[in-house]
Amino acid sequence: MFKNILKRKSSREIAKDRLKILLISDRVNCSPEMMEMIKNDIAKVISKYMKIDTESMEIQITKTSIKGRTKNPTLYANIPILDLKQ
Amino acid sequence: MSEVIVVTSGKGGVGKTTTSANVGTGLAAMGKKVILIDTDIGLRNLDVVMGLESRIVYNLVDVVEGNCRIKQALVRDKRYPTLFLLPSAQTRDKSAVNPAQMVKMISHLKDQFDYIILDCPAGIEQGFQNAIAGADRALVVTTPEVSSIRDADRIIGLLEANEIQKIDLVINRIRYDMIKRGDMMSSDDVVDILSIPLIGLVPDDENVVIATNQGEPLVGSNTLAGQAYQNICYRVNGKEVPFLDFERGISFWTKITGIFHRS
Repeated sequence: MFKNILKRKSSREIAKDRLKILLISDRVNCSPEMMEMIKNDIAKVISKYMKIDTESMEIQITKTSIKGRTKNPTLYANIPILDLKQ
Repeated sequence: MSEVIVVTSGKGGVGKTTTSANVGTGLAAMGKKVILIDTDIGLRNLDVVMGLESRIVYNLVDVVEGNCRIKQALVRDKRYPTLFLLPSAQTRDKSAVNPAQMVKMISHLKDQFDYIILDCPAGIEQGFQNAIAGADRALVVTTPEVSSIRDADRIIGLLEANEIQKIDLVINRIRYDMIKRGDMMSSDDVVDILSIPLIGLVPDDENVVIATNQGEPLVGSNTLAGQAYQNICYRVNGKEVPFLDFERGISFWTKITGIFHRS
């Protein structure tokens, strides 16, 4: 029971996580479904050349700024490789 | 050199009008010539927050339509001789004015005022387009809540697309007791998500309601929100002021224990 209390996310963290996901699709005007499709397509292409962990791969669109000047949105893909050899 | 500042948020009820009134009043208290323009046509509010509702003769739409000269429509503030309000029209709607007319009117005001502050309506439609049309910089107001932050993010995107040069963030209605409990996003969380420079942190302070009831902006008064708005004014004017203890969220208790640790 004690573990459960410790594990439970605070509403602050829940809000942060929800916003981060929400804003990704807001910013590029693309739905979470579309992000999922992009992710699957990337996985398909990479899988041709190496074995990757499709379960834990992540893609994200971020908007970073330097001194208030906004850069263009960037697509980051985090794809764990399981085996380089084919 | 005059600066045109739009105060905007996307979502309604997060404190745009309160921020406009306090920043405008604070800058005027510093001796600047300031005009506050209420661009929320049909739902005017800045006049009541400023306590000037009984002095209105003409309004923004009258100026744009040429029913009066700009000077005739300006309402002089009760407290500061260098502070003026251009009220919006209550009986018209947003389509009564277009962005080109706003730009033209603002260019006429530029040589008479140090700061032109535009109180933007909620939403992203014509009223928003009118308000940002002539602006050099923006203060984006948000509260630490999901809905308000989401709308702020959308507004920031639109401001950038409209090439507003400087966009700063005001986080309003912060409750440090809730942040401490883990039930509210901290200012760092919000800045992290929106990634624009922070210019003000305003605690949730019941004195804001009291001040609005009285039609007296509380900037500079001996209240938490009053000090917070004062600091925003300094920063708008280019002075670097550290974020105060209460702004960072150091509680009374931490201070007490801090004293004991030091001794």
